[in-house]
Amino acid sequence: MSGQVIVQRPLDPSALKTLQERAERVLAEAKSQGASAAEVGVSLSQGLSVTVRMGEVETLEFHRDRGISLTVYFGQQKGSASSGDDSDTSIKEMVTAACAIARHTGEDRCAGLAEKALLATHCPDLDLYHPWDISPQLAIEQALQCENAGRQDARIVNSEGASVSSGVTMRWYANSHGFSAGFPTSNHSKSCVLVAEQDGAMQRDYWYESRRNAVDLASSEFIGDKAAQRTLSRLGGQRPSTGKFPVLFAPEVASGIIGHFVGAISGGSLYRNASFLKDKLGEPLFPEWVTLQENPLLVGGAGSAPFDNDGLPTSATSFVKDGKLNSYALGLYAARRLNMTPTGNGGGVRNLSISDSGEDQAALLKKMDKGVLVTEAMGPGVNIVSGDYSRGAAGFWVENGEIQYPIEEFTIASGLGDMYKNILGSGTDIDDRGNVHIGSLLVEQMNVAGS
Amino acid sequence: MTSVLTDTLSIATDTLLAPASLESGALQNVLNSALGVKADYADLYFQHSMHESWVLEDGVVRDGSFNLERGVGVRVVSGDKTGFAYSDEIEMPALQQAASAARAIAQQGQNKKVPILLPVKSPVLYSTDNPLHGWQAEKKIELLKQLDALARSLDPAVKEVSASLNAVHDVIMVVASDGTLASDVRPLVRVNVSVIVERNGRKERGSAGGGGRVNLDWLIESDRAFNWARDAVRQALVNLDAQPAPAGTMPVVLGPGWPGVLLHEAVGHGLEGDFNRKGTSMFARKFGESVASSKCTVVDDGTLVGRRGSLNVDDEGVPSQSTTLIENGKLVGFMQDKMNARLMNVNPTGNGRRESYAHLPMPRMTNTYMLPGQDDPEEIIASLDRGIYAVNMGGGSVDITSGRFVFSTSEAYLVEKGKIVCPVKGATLIGGGDEVMRNISMVGNDLALDSGIGVCGKEGQSVPVGVGQPTLRVDALTVGGTA
Repeated sequence: MSGQVIVQRPLDPSALKTLQERAERVLAEAKSQGASAAEVGVSLSQGLSVTVRMGEVETLEFHRDRGISLTVYFGQQKGSASSGDDSDTSIKEMVTAACAIARHTGEDRCAGLAEKALLATHCPDLDLYHPWDISPQLAIEQALQCENAGRQDARIVNSEGASVSSGVTMRWYANSHGFSAGFPTSNHSKSCVLVAEQDGAMQRDYWYESRRNAVDLASSEFIGDKAAQRTLSRLGGQRPSTGKFPVLFAPEVASGIIGHFVGAISGGSLYRNASFLKDKLGEPLFPEWVTLQENPLLVGGAGSAPFDNDGLPTSATSFVKDGKLNSYALGLYAARRLNMTPTGNGGGVRNLSISDSGEDQAALLKKMDKGVLVTEAMGPGVNIVSGDYSRGAAGFWVENGEIQYPIEEFTIASGLGDMYKNILGSGTDIDDRGNVHIGSLLVEQMNVAGS
Repeated sequence: MTSVLTDTLSIATDTLLAPASLESGALQNVLNSALGVKADYADLYFQHSMHESWVLEDGVVRDGSFNLERGVGVRVVSGDKTGFAYSDEIEMPALQQAASAARAIAQQGQNKKVPILLPVKSPVLYSTDNPLHGWQAEKKIELLKQLDALARSLDPAVKEVSASLNAVHDVIMVVASDGTLASDVRPLVRVNVSVIVERNGRKERGSAGGGGRVNLDWLIESDRAFNWARDAVRQALVNLDAQPAPAGTMPVVLGPGWPGVLLHEAVGHGLEGDFNRKGTSMFARKFGESVASSKCTVVDDGTLVGRRGSLNVDDEGVPSQSTTLIENGKLVGFMQDKMNARLMNVNPTGNGRRESYAHLPMPRMTNTYMLPGQDDPEEIIASLDRGIYAVNMGGGSVDITSGRFVFSTSEAYLVEKGKIVCPVKGATLIGGGDEVMRNISMVGNDLALDSGIGVCGKEGQSVPVGVGQPTLRVDALTVGGTA
């Protein structure tokens, strides 16, 4: 580093006040241009990110982004506009553009703001804001420690780098029904991507951590070391033979399996008739011991929010109860399209967790006995309309309940409906870094295609 | 083609610099201060981007949106280190602040002074006209309604139709410490039709679309948009009859055009300069070696008129070019941006691209395709004793270090004894990049490029790209079916 120290002006929560004023300015402008109703989201985010590679700084990036996104209504017609520019001129232009669009769109009985009675009336502090006063120098030091920890084994021959990034975001949402609220959040992460080589074949893997509060992050050394273990464990990968086998999804992949379920019970897929779970409310989709619940008010949670994108309060919702589909995940618009009640899921689900079957990964491996442990799933290959699932994968061959050797270049395929119905276990090895908190997930049988 | 360079430069100057009264002398000062006495290279990337989108669902255009982004990114490079900051205000104080943040990285390099800025000359591959203004809103909405009506009229099984129309007008300017003064005015349009068909309780989706760096009229010339609507319905109906795909390793024939996503994943990413400079690509040590069957010649060509992946100049101001990556099976070229080219001691190839002013440029593909061969496509299909014939793809991804890549079919058929037996359900295909390329045993004479729908993601940045290929036979690919 040069002697010059760059410090960004920190964002303090008073910046929220500025956002509120901006949001209200936009609403006033929309009104003056004739909109019968309007809603606006305003955001400001700021942060830095550093990457080091092979012991040297590679990039130092400063981020600062502003965003305004606006929807105006003329009766049942609507138009939207967004911009990063919050100057008065730009706000005027944006409102004009949204109004011009709204005058051309067709009438939509479902368009419009939430009824006043539905709007959230208070905004609990969920402890989501912990700015990290980290200088570029310190971020670089930590990234160096992380990568260095990962490069101790001679078989780690190369690196795609270690990164440390830190950022804060302020959001404000206001609408012409009088709702106006916002909250700040922070997010800090560390990651490391390494390359190992054996017999001329290279393998790559990574690990990351992401937290609201930097003090909750695992140490740089832990992340580097974990990235190294994962990368080294892939060396000497073989191809499994083609056949039907049980599959144990490691937590970092299991979250995706549940993510597809969320996609299929989301209002947008349902009203577009694009979900294999349409009209399945009340039906048993999982084994009886499975519950799937969101906890949007979780203190410090990665996905927490006091209100949803429509200004509706969020609340703990069980999407699956005793194995049965108990609720869809509906935002306001989708709920109206479906003639149902919104569930506070405008913008998606928040902090989803699944009941565990009391077994850790080792116990689930034992239970599986012989099959495939999947630690990476590749490619699109998931069809929410039909429920068909076919993806590339990498992982480990398991026999006698123990990992035998790494496997790669194979596919796993089934139908999502069958996979959910035949879950044999859900692990206690919970990965809570993201929005889905889940451990390893054991599925009775899938088609494995390899050599 | 004649150069209308003065046209793009004056549009870019008026759009980007004039509102803040910025002049090239002042920009040179910013570059000089960004460069300091220590850095090797600095650039400023100005951008003004408008995006409009209309969406029809359930027979009604219920939503439309307009997005405006403008800003400037400042990058300082010193050796292989990069400092980067950006601002969404194109004004002198913000520029200076970003420049001083970005140069914090510099710790080596020679004392340089920014030379006189010279406008970059490039061919002109598309019009500077703003496609958002090409049609009145009524006409845009009418097109979507016609597509909806057409799709619904084709078969009673069609239950849902969604159609969208997108138009982008992107004005950029690059000012760099190597004397580069480049600008580009890039139109991009796209129409998409997606349908859900339902019969006997079974539901399937079909979707098709296209576009490019063209005006809106192009979408309806030769009935293009209507043909995509027909194709979306046809695809969905085909999939209603699809049987489970086979599982295991078998020969696969890939149709022309969009299945070229194979090349994008199997070799494209692995031949981007950054991965090869760092040695993390499986191709890094294979330059000059045979990496594919001798029937394969693969190029990345940013100079195709009006194509989605084409650029007059890349995002570092380097004119686009056609780069041969694989020639008769031999690895002969990488795709480079300025930094990786300098560090590898080669010339940049016009592949330096970035999602926006708020992202760093890196080597990216433009339009990547395989040149046609000698084989008759019919004979290629007939050559399959038992295998898959895939004509439409979802998307794909690759691990450039191990070379493993996947892509998934959205329309494919089981072929036995040279005859198409039945459609099969979507399946993921997986293979190793060099193995699969070596296993290409037949190359058709029917090169086609895709219709203009590709989006490529790398390190969190999305850019529009094109792909293409003739009909190909791959002797062994793993098919992820359930049968």
